[in-house]
Amino acid sequence: MAMTDMNNGPAAMRTALGRVRGLGSAKGGTHHWWMQRVTSIALLPLTLWFVVSMIGLAGTGYVDAVLWIGAPVNAVLLLALIALTFHHMAAGLQVVLEDYLRPESKRMLAVLAMKGACALLALASAVAVIRIVAAA
Amino acid sequence: MATFALPKNSTIGQGKVFKADPQAKNVKAFKIYRWDPDTGENPRMDTYEVDMDKCGPMVLDALIKIKNEVDSTLTFRRSCREGICGSCSMNIDGLNTLACLKPIDDVTGEVKINPLPHMPVVKDLVPDLSQVYAQYRSIEPWLKSETPPPPDEERRQSKEERAKVDGMWECILCFCCSTACPSYWWNGDRFLGPAVLLAAYRWIADSRDEATGERLDNLEDPFRLYRCHTIMNCTRTCPKGLNPAAAIGKIKQLMVERQGA
Repeated sequence: MAMTDMNNGPAAMRTALGRVRGLGSAKGGTHHWWMQRVTSIALLPLTLWFVVSMIGLAGTGYVDAVLWIGAPVNAVLLLALIALTFHHMAAGLQVVLEDYLRPESKRMLAVLAMKGACALLALASAVAVIRIVAAA
Repeated sequence: MATFALPKNSTIGQGKVFKADPQAKNVKAFKIYRWDPDTGENPRMDTYEVDMDKCGPMVLDALIKIKNEVDSTLTFRRSCREGICGSCSMNIDGLNTLACLKPIDDVTGEVKINPLPHMPVVKDLVPDLSQVYAQYRSIEPWLKSETPPPPDEERRQSKEERAKVDGMWECILCFCCSTACPSYWWNGDRFLGPAVLLAAYRWIADSRDEATGERLDNLEDPFRLYRCHTIMNCTRTCPKGLNPAAAIGKIKQLMVERQGA
């Protein structure tokens, strides 16, 4: 019976074992998987703190908000929140893209573009906080 | 993109209906996926009405009765009829299981039977399993030890060490789990799937095996291992009541353990 590669149409005459072994193991992926878990746990208290703080700030004016962000403890926690949120977001989106995108070239391009976008968003958010701290 | 829709030549049409004997009082309908590569036709769902008063209790009994008495062209794998060979794995009433262990009475209404999902079909209910077999071969499912066994006895293992491979040696390689896994559907060419990862962990957990590090090396890969997102379809569907998801979780735990937090 002719062998069929499940996703790439009729396979060449390579053996099934040869195809399965492919390029070998990447000897990686653990750091990505582990950091996704670690960031999610770290984000639990940080996000809770952020939401509670935002509720506290609701109804106050611009000046109060700027003063709150400029306070050293708040600024440090905000920067941590930004770093971890975007790291976690990039890690999660990478999994989605790897799951569903084909072929490999498209997959790599999309992952790189997504990581770039996340990095830029993280930098923009961080600069916004730092500007307020610097002005205070 | 991952393929979500069936290609045109795989869309399933209406099939034939094989009526039961009008005298029969206890009739159950079996709607079975049929596809024959030699006809060039699309697959279809044939309906077979079976007199349950003259049929054994399991879905496999009905399949064998249909093949013997109604339609000898119906094609499926079976051997032991007692859940130990893993041949008659198929999708029954929406869940992958062994036809020989699935009581017909568990299904309300007509019994829908399809081949294992997302595998190339050889004919009717027979999937092409060469890919999973090769993946199983690739994890080298045998004892690897440089220390020679004692000359006058077997390799020794404490009761506790032996207990660590419980829940894994029982796997009969029916591949109900792997073919129930969406990650395996989308990336089965690189993701090893639950059955093969459970088998890999069976050797990682074996105290007599000396190749644990090498085995972990071969699994440490974003696709081979980390496509598992703990969806748990594998554990839910396993007709032997095993837990491949837990075994995969333990492999990931060992990966973290050896690299440090």
